[in-house]
This record gives sequence, structure tokens and C-alpha cells, in this order.
Amino acid sequence: MNFSEVFKLSSLLCRFSPNGKYLASCVQYRLVVREVSTLQILQLYTCLDQVQHIEWSADSLFILCAMYKRGVVQVWSLEQPEWHCKIDEGSAGLVASCWSPDGRHILNTTEFHLRITVWSLCTKSVSYIKYPKACQQGISFTRDGRYLALAERRDCRDYVSVFVCNDWQLLRHFNTDTQDLVGIEWAPNGCVLAVWDSCLEYKVLLYSLDGRLLSSYCAYEWSLGIKSVAWSPSSQFLAVGSYDGKVRLLNHVTWKVITEFAHPAALSDPKIVVYKEAKKSPQPGLDHLAFPPSLPVANHLSAAESKYEIASMPVSLQTLKPVADRANPRMGVGMLAFSPDSCFLATRNDNIPNAVWVWDIRKLRLFVVLEQLSPVRAFRWDPQQPRLAICTGGSKVYLWSPAGCLSVQVPGEGDFPVLSLCWHLSGDSLALLSKDHFCLCFLETKEGVSPALGQRDGHA
Amino acid sequence: MGDWMTVTDPGLPAESKTVSQYTSEKKMSPSSLYSQQVLCSSIPLSKNVHSFFSAFCTEENIEQSISYLDQELTTFGFPSLYEEPKSKEKKRELNIVAVLNCMNELLVLQRKNLLAQENVETQNLKLGSDMDHLQNCYAKLKEQLETSRREMIGLQERDRQLQCKNKNLHQLLKNEKDEVQKLQNIIASRATQYNHDMKRKEREYNKLKERLHQLVMNKKDKKIAMDVLNYVGRADGKRGSWRTGKTEARNEDEMYKILLNDYEYRQKQILMENADLKKVLQQMKKEMISLLSPQKKKPRERAEDSTGNVISDIEEDAGELSRESVWDLSCETVREQLTNSIRKQWRILKSHVEKLDNQVSKVHVEGFNNEDVISRQDHEQETEKLELEIQHCKEMIKTQQQLLQQLTTACDDDTTSLLQDCYLLEEKERLKEEWSLFKEQKKNFERERRSFTEAAIRLGLERKAFEEERASWLKQQFLTMTTFDQQSSESVKLFSAFSGSSDPDNLTVPSRPRQKKPHSMSNGSPVCTSKLTQSLPASPCTSDFCQTARSCTSEHSSINVLNITPEETKPNQVGRECTNQKWSMASRPGSREGCYSGYSLTYTSSHVEKDDLP
Repeated sequence: MNFSEVFKLSSLLCRFSPNGKYLASCVQYRLVVREVSTLQILQLYTCLDQVQHIEWSADSLFILCAMYKRGVVQVWSLEQPEWHCKIDEGSAGLVASCWSPDGRHILNTTEFHLRITVWSLCTKSVSYIKYPKACQQGISFTRDGRYLALAERRDCRDYVSVFVCNDWQLLRHFNTDTQDLVGIEWAPNGCVLAVWDSCLEYKVLLYSLDGRLLSSYCAYEWSLGIKSVAWSPSSQFLAVGSYDGKVRLLNHVTWKVITEFAHPAALSDPKIVVYKEAKKSPQPGLDHLAFPPSLPVANHLSAAESKYEIASMPVSLQTLKPVADRANPRMGVGMLAFSPDSCFLATRNDNIPNAVWVWDIRKLRLFVVLEQLSPVRAFRWDPQQPRLAICTGGSKVYLWSPAGCLSVQVPGEGDFPVLSLCWHLSGDSLALLSKDHFCLCFLETKEGVSPALGQRDGHA
Repeated sequence: MGDWMTVTDPGLPAESKTVSQYTSEKKMSPSSLYSQQVLCSSIPLSKNVHSFFSAFCTEENIEQSISYLDQELTTFGFPSLYEEPKSKEKKRELNIVAVLNCMNELLVLQRKNLLAQENVETQNLKLGSDMDHLQNCYAKLKEQLETSRREMIGLQERDRQLQCKNKNLHQLLKNEKDEVQKLQNIIASRATQYNHDMKRKEREYNKLKERLHQLVMNKKDKKIAMDVLNYVGRADGKRGSWRTGKTEARNEDEMYKILLNDYEYRQKQILMENADLKKVLQQMKKEMISLLSPQKKKPRERAEDSTGNVISDIEEDAGELSRESVWDLSCETVREQLTNSIRKQWRILKSHVEKLDNQVSKVHVEGFNNEDVISRQDHEQETEKLELEIQHCKEMIKTQQQLLQQLTTACDDDTTSLLQDCYLLEEKERLKEEWSLFKEQKKNFERERRSFTEAAIRLGLERKAFEEERASWLKQQFLTMTTFDQQSSESVKLFSAFSGSSDPDNLTVPSRPRQKKPHSMSNGSPVCTSKLTQSLPASPCTSDFCQTARSCTSEHSSINVLNITPEETKPNQVGRECTNQKWSMASRPGSREGCYSGYSLTYTSSHVEKDDLP
């Protein structure tokens, strides 16, 4: 495992291009594009103000930089550095900006969600979509980029509009049976739209592309409901995490629950492996067995090394007592992610913030629990294989694969608190983002596949 | 005297009273008691022993005291102390012997009394202690009773408390339920209120938004603009198209196409899955059938189980279902059949397994009292033995391996060749041994064969001799017969001998009472007759034989005669005849001759059979 040098960064704005060749990062008002292989600066663009959001177009030709405060979006071309485009939303303001899947249109949401403006880079045409709903996840494109589903709110009722992205024509417009819709998401096959209600009511609705209601599901009433939703990449399962600390898996044939994954704090099943992160007193001879870092500058003094220990059953995990009288209590399953092969599901129960739960979807049971020393900030699956990267806001990155798990200290002077991470398309490298720095972590060494993580579990 | 009497008489009951008093209240030694008694009896009220003792008999009142004692004693049934007076006037004299006797008897009595008293006292003591014990017991039991009563009261109290608590809890539960209901109602009302409020607020918000929209959007904000250097081409290279009804329709089409594709894909997947499942099902079915069919006969034999029918049904079904075409049918048509057959099979399997379980449990229950079950001890011993053996064998193997290793590592080519030679020699030796064994066996076989042939020859000789004998005998008979009846022709005689009902009767009936085993005879005789009918036309002289047979005393000899005649005519049938003979002979162990000939004949027959075999 190799680490690159540390680069500057602001507001965690660092993105790999969709084709995997480039890496865009923002430092204040400057946008830096590097080549991933060499990390040489390819282009350097200067924006009008501090960038708050960046996004690559799907064809990796353009980068969008949004400056919400100014209500301005600037677009840069990688091929033609002199080309520029500036979209000013004026007094309407700007709260969100994103690319359409074709990479030639930009969807800007104005302040107060008055409308969404669709700007075209090809023609002068501008389209407006009225009544977008101000919610967590109100815009969803199908994976093939053909359709856009948009949550709307008119006359105190929720609607979903399906647009054809090609010409922004309205394809379907239907009323959803929700009190207060907060999210919509297409299944990866683009044929089923999951719609879920706000946390006040547990309700998931599944609509076909043509607007038919396929099924609706409600697990319980009178209690806080859904907190997170995720589709499996195979479109076979819809995982719904809720405030009762459970994940419910719906299947795509009957849209009924096949299983419930509870997240108990006390584990006693001997089949489950619990990896517990433990502080390690520095032992120069024994560490770096699996991953000999090429930069042996790692200062053992500043940051305590840690390692994983397999806890013996029964195990009780550290729990957090949620404050009951505040909004958005820290409880329930708030993070959900399927591995790219749909074989594993990683979850985090917010009142056991230090633990990541990995579920085996083929056997529909808990597989592994990783208990960290500090609360888990983020976890991301390797796009190529079942390998999970976790960060906890400390200067370590944690990796899990079915073969085992390890914690790696990010080398460098001073502390490098990893707040977020993102995988490269190939799964070979990983960008680790801290508050104002980032570095790349190369997993595949030139000598070959590292023994601990290279072994796959034997499934495609 | 009279005075004394009056004085002493009232004393007696008092004395007995005092005695009883003393014995009951004070435990005194018998001697002291005695003295007390004496004292009391003489002068009941006075306690001064010495004065009284000296007062009883003095020099002066010897006579009186003697007479008093005599009187007393006589009243108690003792003989008188005085001699019997010879004359009335004569003064009575003291009989010393009688006195002494009396004294002795008194002493004996006294001793007895003492003993009895002792016994009574010990008994009394015992009873007293018993009494104490019982009193203690009583007290204890009373205490126990008291404590248990108290306990009971306590428990009752607790029970009451618990019941109270229970009631309270019930009440609480009810309250809680009510509370929950109330809260739910409140939540519901709050929710509706909230929704209502939200709607109101949202409407306001919407109004504001609308207003804002108008304000912001309608004033032709110059700022809202896109500043592009030059427009870029579309990603797909096409030009944007106008929105028309056509595009709308096309979009619809496309959407449905996508949906259709998805459904088709899913259907394909489901079909594939179905096919796989069907395959598995078929395989399972086959296996089930193959598993169940061998048991088919058993339940039928055992009892008219319903399973038999079911199985046959299943087999039919299986026959139908195993045809591939059925599998390609849609599930609708086959489903019922399939599920039924599977269900049946499953039932059978289940019953079978249950039966097995029952058997197992039965065996368990019967356990070791079953005789053919090996007792545990034996079993353990056996296993121990076997384990030891295994250990032994393992050691052997180890040593052998070691040796082998040593050999393989240590020895060079010479030794290996030598070793090989050794092995070859060993092999040769073994082969030789086997060869010699084989030879010996061969020899044995030869010997046996020779003995067989010898026996056959001997039999032949014997037969010849017998035939000669018989021929001579026949000749004699014939000669006598010819003198008797010369005109009748032989053929006619033959006919009459066998077509006539009397003759075969004569042949069999007289033989019957002589038979020890009638069934063997009945078996034997038809053979004979059939043989005769077969062979008779060829041999004209057999009619005579029949007659001779009739006259013959022993059945066996007649059969012999009858069977031998065809042998003369049909020599190629020897083997069969011989076996027949042997058979009939063997069934008649009564006659010695039969036994012998039978014995010899078996040899020949086997010999002949042997010859026939190749």
C-alpha cells in the first residue's frame, strides 16, 4: 500500500473523473485537475469565488463548479482550457446544481426550490421545471441516463414527474401516496422507482417506469420510520434502514420483506466475526506485515498504531443513548451500502456509531462486525470487488474484505484526519480527504496483489 | 390375744398403704423397705424402731408371741407351728421343724416378693421414662404445630399481598393500556393537527413562493443568463430535435420497450430458474422413486398397507412425469399432478422414516434384555480388544514403514536387486507350495475317480452275476411254467397281464401291507409301471417277469427285475434307469439287499453322470 504526497484541498471537493483518468480538486477558488497515474497537474482553472460544489460530466469532458453563495455555476472544459461557461442564476439564487447524464445540460435548483432550470450547453434553450420538492433526494436519474424522476409538491400533495432526458419532455406525472416524500431513487435497471416518506411515517412505495404503483410497504406505525434506502446493484433487493435499528430487505419479485437485519448491541452468535480495533503499542518488527508502506516515515510517536483483534463471543458493542427530545435523534440505520457484486451489505446503526455491520446477502445473515475506536464517518465499497474502506475521522483508513481486515496509518507529518474517502473506478486507489488536505492511497503495489486484500471470496 | 388382734388388724391396711406410698414416691432399697414393713406391721403408728423391736418378744411372752405367730401363719395358710396334740388336754408343743419350714418358706416368699417388686419397679421406671419421652414429643409436636400455623398465616398473608399486588399491577396495566390508547389518540390527533397546520403553512408558503416567483422571474432579470464561449455539440453527435407529438409517441414507445425488455429479461431469468428447479425436482423424484421402490414389496407383504397402492400410483405418475414432454408443459397443467405425487412420495418417505425411528426407539427400549443384542460389557471388551489389535497393527505398520524407509534410503542397487530376488524367491516358494497342494488335490480327485470306476465295475460284475442267477432262476421257472400252460401265446399273455384290472392290482395290493413307507411305494410303483409300459413291447418276455414279480415275495426285487429288463433293450438309457433305481432303492431302507445295491448303485450313477457331463 502506497501513499501519495499530501495535496491541499478545501471543503472536501475532490472527485475522480468518471473515466478514471483525472482527479479534480478544489482549493478555495481554484480548480486543479490532475492525471491520476502521475498526479501531475493537467489544468488549473480559476473560479469567481470559493467553490462549494464540483461535478464531472459523465463523459469526463467538463467540470461544473457551483458557487451557491453567488448563485453562479462555472463550467470548464478539459479539452479546451480556453473554453468557459458561466451560468448566473441572478436574484433567484442557487441551492443545488448537477449535470444531466448526457453531460450537456445543467440542472440548477433555485433558492426556496422555486424551480429547476435546465441549461443546455448545446443550444441556447433553457427549460424550467416548476414545483420541485425541497427534500433530501428529490432528483434521480436512471443509470442509463434516459430518464429523470423528480419529486414535486403541488397543492400539498406529492407528485413524481418522469422526464425524458433527451429532450426534457414530461413522460409521466403521478401522485404518490405519501404524506411528505423525502426521497426517490431508481433501481439500477431503471425500471422501478423507490419512493419513501419522511421519518414520521414508515412508507416505501415502488413505482414502475410507466407510473404504476407496484407495491407499497409499511413495517410499523406510530414511530419514526425510514432513515436510509439503498438498492442492490443487481436491482434484486431494496434495503430500507429505519429508526428502529433494523434493515429490511425487500425482494424484486413480490416486493415483500425477505429478511430483517436487527442491529443488537450484544452479539453471541459464534458464526459472526467481530473485529475490534485495538490500540497497539509500537512494535517495529511486527507491524506492516500485510502492507509494508513504501514511505516508512510513519511516525510512531504522534499517532498510536491500531490493529484489529477478533473478539471472542459474546460481545457487547458500545452504544450511545439517543437524546429523545431532540429532532433527528442519533439512532436507527443511517448508512447503507451494497457491495458492487450485491453480495454484501454494509450498514451503520447510528446509536452504535463505532460499528460497521457487514451482512452476507447470499446467506441473509450477519457476517462481520467491525468495531472501531471512534465513530465511523464514512464507508465506501470498492467498485470492483467486495472490499470496504472505512474512515472514522482519525488518521487511519480501514479496509475490510472477506479475507480479513486491517487498519492503515496515513503517513506524513502531522495529523491527517480522514473525513471522507472515494474510490477510483478501478479499485486500485483511494482518495483520502481531510479538512484541507487529500492524498491518494494506492492499494495495488507493483509487486503484485497484496495477500490480505487480494484474495477474493470466490464469487463473481 | 384378742387384744393383739384388734391392735394389729387395723395396721395391715395402713401398712399396705405405706408400702404403696413408699414404692410410688420414694425409691428405696428393698432391704430398708422390708425393715420398714416389719416395723409398720408390728406397730403401725410408732416410729421408734428400737423400742418396739425389743417390745415384741420378751422372756415372758414367748408363748404368747409363738401362739400369735402360729395364728397369723395359719391364717396365711401355713401349717401350724405346733405339733398335733395327741390328746385334747395335752398342751400343744412347738414343732421346731414346722417353725423352720415356715421360716424357710417365708424367706422364699420374701425373696420372690422382692424380685417381683424389683421387676415392677424397673417397669415403673421404664414407664416413667417413656412417659417423659412422650411428653417431650408432645411438647415438640405442639411447638411444630404452632410454628406451622404461624407459617401458614404468614403465607396466607403473603398470598394476600401478592394478590393485592397483582390486582394493582392489573390496574396499572389497564391504566397503561388506557394511557397508550390515549397517547395514540393524542398522536393521531396531533398528527392530523400537524398535517393540517402543515398544509396551512405550506399553502402560505406556496403563496409566498408564487409571489416570489412572479417577482423574481417576471422582471426579466438580466442577470439570469448563461455566458458561453461557444456552444458544444451534443454527446451523441445528433442535433436536438423539435418537440412534437411524434417525439412524445416515440418516447412512450421507448419507455415501453425498456419496460418490456426488463420484463423479458426477468421472465427469462425466472424461466431459467424454473428449469433448474425442475431439473432438481426431477432428479429428486427419480432418486425418491429408486429409494422407495425396493420397499414396495415389503409393506404389501406385511399387511395390506395403503402405501402399496400409493407407491404403485406413484410409479405410474413417475412413468408419466419422467417423460420429457410433461416437463415442458406449463406448470398449470402439471402442477396438481406433480404436487400430488410429490406429496404422496413425501408421505411414504415420512412414514418410512417414522417407522425406522420407531424401530430404533423400540430397540432402544428393549435394550439389553434382548438376547441377540450384545451386552455392553461384551461390546466394550470387544472394542478394547479391537483397539489393542489396531494399536498392534499400527505399530507393525510403523515399524514396517521405518524398515522400508531405511531400506529405500540405505540400500543401493545391489541390495534392491537382491531384495527383488528375495521377493521373487519368496513368490516362487509360495507358488511351489500352491502347486504341490494343487497336485495333491488332483491326486485325490483321481483316486476318487478310480474308486468310482471300481465301484462301477464291481456293480457291473454283481449285476452280471445277478442276471445270471436270475436267468437260471427264470429258466427254471419257465420250464415249470411251460409244463403248466403251453398253448397261450406270449403276446396275449402280455396283454392280459396288463390290460386286466386284476393283475396290476395284484401287483400292487399285496405289496402295500408290506410297505413301511406307503408314499415311497406309491412313488415307486408308477415309475415301474410306466417303465414297463414303455419297454414292454420291445421285450416280449416281460409278461413272464410280471408274473414272476407277482409271485415274488419282495417288492424291491420285483422292481429290480422290472427295471433291469429295459436296460437290456435300451443300453443308452442306463444313466436314467440307474438313477431311478437308486432313488427307489434309497427310499426302501427296509431290506438289506436293497441297501447294499442302492449304495453301489449311487456310485455308478454318479459315475455315469460324470461321464455324461462333458
